[in-house]
Amino acid sequence: MSDNLLPTESNPAGLPENRAPAAAEPAWIIETHSLTKRFHHLTAVDGLTLAVSEGQVFGLLGPNGAGKTTLMKMLVTLLPPTSGTAIVAGYDLLGQPALVRRSIGYVPQLLSADGMLTGYENLLLFAQLYDLPRKDRAARIDQALASAGLQDAARRLVNTYSGGMIRRLEVVAAMLHRPPVLFLDEPTVGLDPVARHAIWRQIKGLVAEHGTTVVITTHLMEEADALCDRIAIMNAGRVCALGSVDELKAGMQVPGATLDDVFSHYSGAPTKTGEQFRDIATTRRSAARLG
Amino acid sequence: MTLPPLAAPRPDSADLLRVPAWSAWSFLLKTLAIVAMDLRKLRRDPTELLTRAIQPALWLMVFGQVFTHARAIPTGYLPYQDFMTPGILAQSVLFIAIFYGIAVIWERDLGIVHKLLVTPTPRTALVLGKGLSAGCRALSQAFIIYFLAWLLGVKLDWRPQAVAGVLIVVVLGAALFSTFSLIIACVVKTRERFMGIGQVLTMPLFFASNAIYPLAMMPWWLRAIAWGNPLTYEVDALRTMMLVNGVSEFGLTVDFLVLVGTTGILTGVGAWFYPRLAQ
Repeated sequence: MSDNLLPTESNPAGLPENRAPAAAEPAWIIETHSLTKRFHHLTAVDGLTLAVSEGQVFGLLGPNGAGKTTLMKMLVTLLPPTSGTAIVAGYDLLGQPALVRRSIGYVPQLLSADGMLTGYENLLLFAQLYDLPRKDRAARIDQALASAGLQDAARRLVNTYSGGMIRRLEVVAAMLHRPPVLFLDEPTVGLDPVARHAIWRQIKGLVAEHGTTVVITTHLMEEADALCDRIAIMNAGRVCALGSVDELKAGMQVPGATLDDVFSHYSGAPTKTGEQFRDIATTRRSAARLG
Repeated sequence: MTLPPLAAPRPDSADLLRVPAWSAWSFLLKTLAIVAMDLRKLRRDPTELLTRAIQPALWLMVFGQVFTHARAIPTGYLPYQDFMTPGILAQSVLFIAIFYGIAVIWERDLGIVHKLLVTPTPRTALVLGKGLSAGCRALSQAFIIYFLAWLLGVKLDWRPQAVAGVLIVVVLGAALFSTFSLIIACVVKTRERFMGIGQVLTMPLFFASNAIYPLAMMPWWLRAIAWGNPLTYEVDALRTMMLVNGVSEFGLTVDFLVLVGTTGILTGVGAWFYPRLAQ
């Protein structure tokens, strides 16, 4: 792997490195190559080289401004990279953006289903824009509404929906064309715990049913713990830790380390209370002692 | 760095990765899908259409009546009321269209633009769809002004081909100026800045045209600007087709070429700018 990922000096805890996978592992479905985005003087994503294997739920964690959303906007073709490139679902981000768009679904951070349309109409618009054959549309939309539990609300305007209902609608809208990759930018932000769990179930269902690869950004460690097969912790435009939840926790070399500890360790900020902060201090000391 | 070769696209997704055989047809369908959704929204909240009727009514009933009696503006064999009616139609279409960018910025703030841009829809189809839906919104103005003009006794050409021609020009004019508005929205990106620019643009576009006085009355420099203003050609086409005694100054062919050509160019420019909204 390239040097700009996990430089050893910033990896004192000795986390597992992002090695090229062994032959038995599934192939990459997303790879970024020195992907960089600068806004004037700010480098939001800094020479990122990263790979996501097929069928995984890949979590992007990191403090605000770490570059998660910028990275995601580049991968969904909304934002042209300053330099570097990426391959998404087998297509080159820069050379084949139209094919990348056919292969992905995207749910932005804001609840952005059109409130002046019904749930059914929102889905119909996306079915049309994704060239779903006319004869399949109705069946596909009904199926989507059923899987989101929105059959009864299908003919109601979306501005009468709750946040959780809108999010579920958006997820099925983004999956209407069965893309191999789904991007979710903080899908449960602002949702109550019940709605949040419903979204989690929905995501797990998609992965189980369609083998979809899901890339998800989140600030909730609980969410990352519940969903993600693999996690990248970003800070200042770089990935500073990468691995499965268990690997990351084990890398802390503190018994009972939580994902909060891992996050705090790499982002340099405690996520909750002083208790975690003490854990971190212990962690850091032990990491220093162990070299 | 070396990464292992990629897997082929998943078989179960392959059917949906198929690009439609006839992409022009797909382009048209997607454009119409955008228009259809916009019209559904309009149907649910038609208050906008009623409030939009007030301004042209004032122009026709107050300004028009006063200046018709004053005979201050030489309009040849057409009564001034008749002369200005197509101009006021063009003006109210312009006013609706030029603030269309606000809706575009609103959709950006909601994240709707982002989702549309991530679909495999040609940017031109998204922009043209927006333009044509603004065009359809503007049709309401045509109905209002036909009604008011009929009340005021303007000699209107009611032949179906004349009315159809007027409606087409209204849609074209609204598409043209709403796409112009969309481009401005893509550049300024915030509602506050947009409102300022929209206000600054409408009046010069209106006054530097033949909407309420003939080109012949203008000083040479204003006439030169008016010749470069698409609104002039829109008014000319409307005046020719809407009125029984309408005579075209440039010829309908020139009017249509200017309107279609400018709309086409602006749609192309808009398609280039539109993705900037999401950045």
